[in-house]
Amino acid sequence: MSDDLSTSSVSPVAEAVSETHGHVHEHRDDVGAKMGMWLFLFTEILLFGGLFVLYSVTLQRYPHEFHLASKELDTVVGTINTMVLITSSLFAALSVIALQRGEAKRCKLFILLTIVLALVFLVNKYFEWGVKFHHGLYPGAAVLAARPVGEQAFFGLYFTMTGLHGLHVIIGMALLGWVYRQVHTGRLNKDRNVTLENAGLYWHLVDLIWIYLFPLYYLIT
Amino acid sequence: MQDTTHDAHAAHAAHDAHHGPGYRTFVAIWATLMVFTGLTVWLSTVHLGFLNVLAAMAVATSKALLVVLFFMHLKYESRTFHWMVFTAFFVLAIFISMTFFDTAYR
Repeated sequence: MSDDLSTSSVSPVAEAVSETHGHVHEHRDDVGAKMGMWLFLFTEILLFGGLFVLYSVTLQRYPHEFHLASKELDTVVGTINTMVLITSSLFAALSVIALQRGEAKRCKLFILLTIVLALVFLVNKYFEWGVKFHHGLYPGAAVLAARPVGEQAFFGLYFTMTGLHGLHVIIGMALLGWVYRQVHTGRLNKDRNVTLENAGLYWHLVDLIWIYLFPLYYLIT
Repeated sequence: MQDTTHDAHAAHAAHDAHHGPGYRTFVAIWATLMVFTGLTVWLSTVHLGFLNVLAAMAVATSKALLVVLFFMHLKYESRTFHWMVFTAFFVLAIFISMTFFDTAYR
């Protein structure tokens, strides 16, 4: 903060401001910004938490059907996607360190890698869903409607939860792209990087939710 | 903080607290998360009955802790943040456990 004041007081604009107001004051609260982001993430956790409760109760009711339906999901694709998302989370975390060290170029590379891996995740998901749709396993399909109620519930929950998660992946990508631009223009830099940190927090939450979705849908045996 | 070495340590600690962990720490966390992913896939091939679900959730929660503490920087935040996050997850735990008290005994 003291750095900001000393450098800005040199610029003529800042001097002009300080003549009228006595001092230059940039309204900024990094801790508050981060706290606000966490509060928002809590609402996300409760949103998915509600769905996890629904999943658990339904699993308890139809354990056999869930077991059979879960076998139809491709564990290999699920595992690959888990690794892709964890790695993208690593790059998001590294991008924050890079910017805090003033390595803007490296930071941009890390953000880009995060976004690319997010895209890889979505492409995998697209093909995964595509195969299920091809087999008539989607909500409202006649093939699925002929299956036991427990399996219908499994696939209903699967599409709802991975769909909502996928939507978060898309939002996360947009957010990271927006932050990338700000690092590029220098609006976000070594001394001013809380927006990147918050975008990173969002991205880690997306990873966090997948960490639970993966075993629940792909590994229940 | 009586001699210069202590001061250097204190300065280093303060530096760490401000900037958080380095690249290496995060790569180590990433490697651990990968190992846990392999572990949970392997565990699912071993037949333990209901314990399979518990084991999968235990591994997932360990992974979640690593993500929250390191990737999300919670370890390096102030106590206020620690309590906030604890409260949120505690409320979630109440939500889940109370629902089970209801549905398990119907």
